[in-house]
Amino acid sequence: MVEEEGFRRYIAHIILWIGIAIVAFPVYLAFVASTQDNAVIANGQMSLLPGGHFFKTYYQTIFVGTSGSTREPVGHMMLNSLVMALLIAVGKIAISIISAYAIVYFRFPFRMSIFWLIFITLMLPVEVRIYPTYKIVADLHMLDSYAGLSLPLIASATATLLFRQFFMTVPDELLEASRIDGAGPFRFFWDTLLPLSRTNMAALFVILFILGWNQYLWPLLITTRDDMQTIQIGIRKMITTTDALTEWPIVMATAVLAMLPPVVVVVAMQKLFVRGLVETEK
Amino acid sequence: MANVTLRSVRKTYPGGFEAIKGVDVDVGDGQFCVLVGPSGCGKSTLLRMVAGLETVTGGEIDIGGRVVNGIEPADRDIAMVFQNYALYPHMSVYNNMAYGLRNRGMAEAEIKTRVEEAARVLELSAMLERKPRQLSGGQRQRVAMGRAIVRQPKVFLFDEPLSNLDAKLRIAMRVEIRKLQRRLNTTSIYVTHDQLEAMTLADILVVMNGGQVEQVGNPLEIYEKPATTFVASFIGAPPMNLMSTRPEEIRSQLAGSNAADAGIVGIRPEDFVITDETPAGGVALPLTVEAIERVGAETFVYGSREQEDQRVAATPGELPPGEVIVRIPGTQAPAIGARIRVAAVRAKLHLFSGDGRKRIET
Repeated sequence: MVEEEGFRRYIAHIILWIGIAIVAFPVYLAFVASTQDNAVIANGQMSLLPGGHFFKTYYQTIFVGTSGSTREPVGHMMLNSLVMALLIAVGKIAISIISAYAIVYFRFPFRMSIFWLIFITLMLPVEVRIYPTYKIVADLHMLDSYAGLSLPLIASATATLLFRQFFMTVPDELLEASRIDGAGPFRFFWDTLLPLSRTNMAALFVILFILGWNQYLWPLLITTRDDMQTIQIGIRKMITTTDALTEWPIVMATAVLAMLPPVVVVVAMQKLFVRGLVETEK
Repeated sequence: MANVTLRSVRKTYPGGFEAIKGVDVDVGDGQFCVLVGPSGCGKSTLLRMVAGLETVTGGEIDIGGRVVNGIEPADRDIAMVFQNYALYPHMSVYNNMAYGLRNRGMAEAEIKTRVEEAARVLELSAMLERKPRQLSGGQRQRVAMGRAIVRQPKVFLFDEPLSNLDAKLRIAMRVEIRKLQRRLNTTSIYVTHDQLEAMTLADILVVMNGGQVEQVGNPLEIYEKPATTFVASFIGAPPMNLMSTRPEEIRSQLAGSNAADAGIVGIRPEDFVITDETPAGGVALPLTVEAIERVGAETFVYGSREQEDQRVAATPGELPPGEVIVRIPGTQAPAIGARIRVAAVRAKLHLFSGDGRKRIET
């Protein structure tokens, strides 16, 4: 039995390693490509080991950009993406926690209708309402601006529902104790509900940051100026060149750089993130 | 320091359910009032109405000479201890106690004095920096008490504060609450479903059932002279034996005075003695011993009567028809299946009208 246990574990580990290899190999390949000379890649003779152009490529990518297609350093694109992702994540959390607070803790006319209205917007993502949303943003003169990039994506039914579910698990007695302790609605929200929602907010932040960072369709539509490009758009533009060789090392370096912030966010907030998803004790 | 007076207080929920059907209670300054009753009798609702957490449909609630019906909980000058303690999980013990004072804009130095004093009294001084989840159940309970006493309110409200503790701790905390209340001399209203807690804590006991007050009074008075069969079976453990007076064996023994009006006779288990004599005007019953419980100081004998009894008014804690509990000294124990004869003297009988709603004095 013991041998069989050991054997099974062996098989399980092999399968796991194969899984990891399948996921990790393209990433590794992208990294290797970003350290090679473009001529080597263009010849189709790329080695599977990192080449010697690491510093040169990354310096050029971050501070200069491609020579033809994007005309913008990737560093600046990353800044654009970062601002957009942060605005979306923070904005979504702020808006949805406030609306969930209103729905759970206040009695006002049409409370349930409003709740269902929010719920229904789950079925209307940006892709579905893209023309009217574009029209509104254009009419408000928010094309090519951070506000235009982030505002339409901020309203979020998912996050509102998540906070609503969490608030409903908070014992009523906490609110009652606060009332007796002389805390009004604002104080209760600020002093009790927000600190209790900390882990939930962290989990949401991770998810929403990545969601914001990976936006493609919306920034593609509303940004036209080079200095408002996000990194995801940048990568796409770099690949399509009309009369020049695609600068593959730079494209790959950009791809690697685009992967980094989500990784950093996940690693930094992993502890809170996991607690937020599994924690039951209030 | 304040009286609490409830004047025909009513509560009807929007669905039409009448939770409180007109309650009049007067709690004197510094008195400890206990509301007791089975679950769903409205005792917690009544307490929450005093706290201001539930609206009042009718009648008046008066705290210290001021009608507080429309006043916010924070402005009623009350403090409440909840069943689940309702401590703020993210705040330290110190901040849990200080929070209410800070919201009132008290100076930080004064807050520190009050919290430290409360912590000393409740033996929490070493734990002021801990979070509630790092405390045991008993300690959390004491923090909840501390949060109430630092406020120095006119009235303490307790909503079953001991029901989440284990049996031993419950007794210890019960004594502590009583001592603390005596020392602070603050008017208190305490809700419980545990009749033992109710008996030991109360200056005034209010027995509630179905949204109404069954009886108000001193605990011993209620024990000795229960006003209804509900009170008779709810207060006292094991419960009072209630029997219909209809069977000939009982009726013939109860001849004379106004006993003829009585439909139900009640006898406490401890008022029976095993004897062959029949006391004049009292009741003697032949029983077959079904079960015995020996708990050391005393023995409980569960016997069945020869004649099947008809069901008496249904109340919680009531015995099955025909079963009689007898409490005798722990040194004695009749054998199971033995036939014994128990008797109670006339002075120990409680007579009630046939519907159990009225006590008949003889």
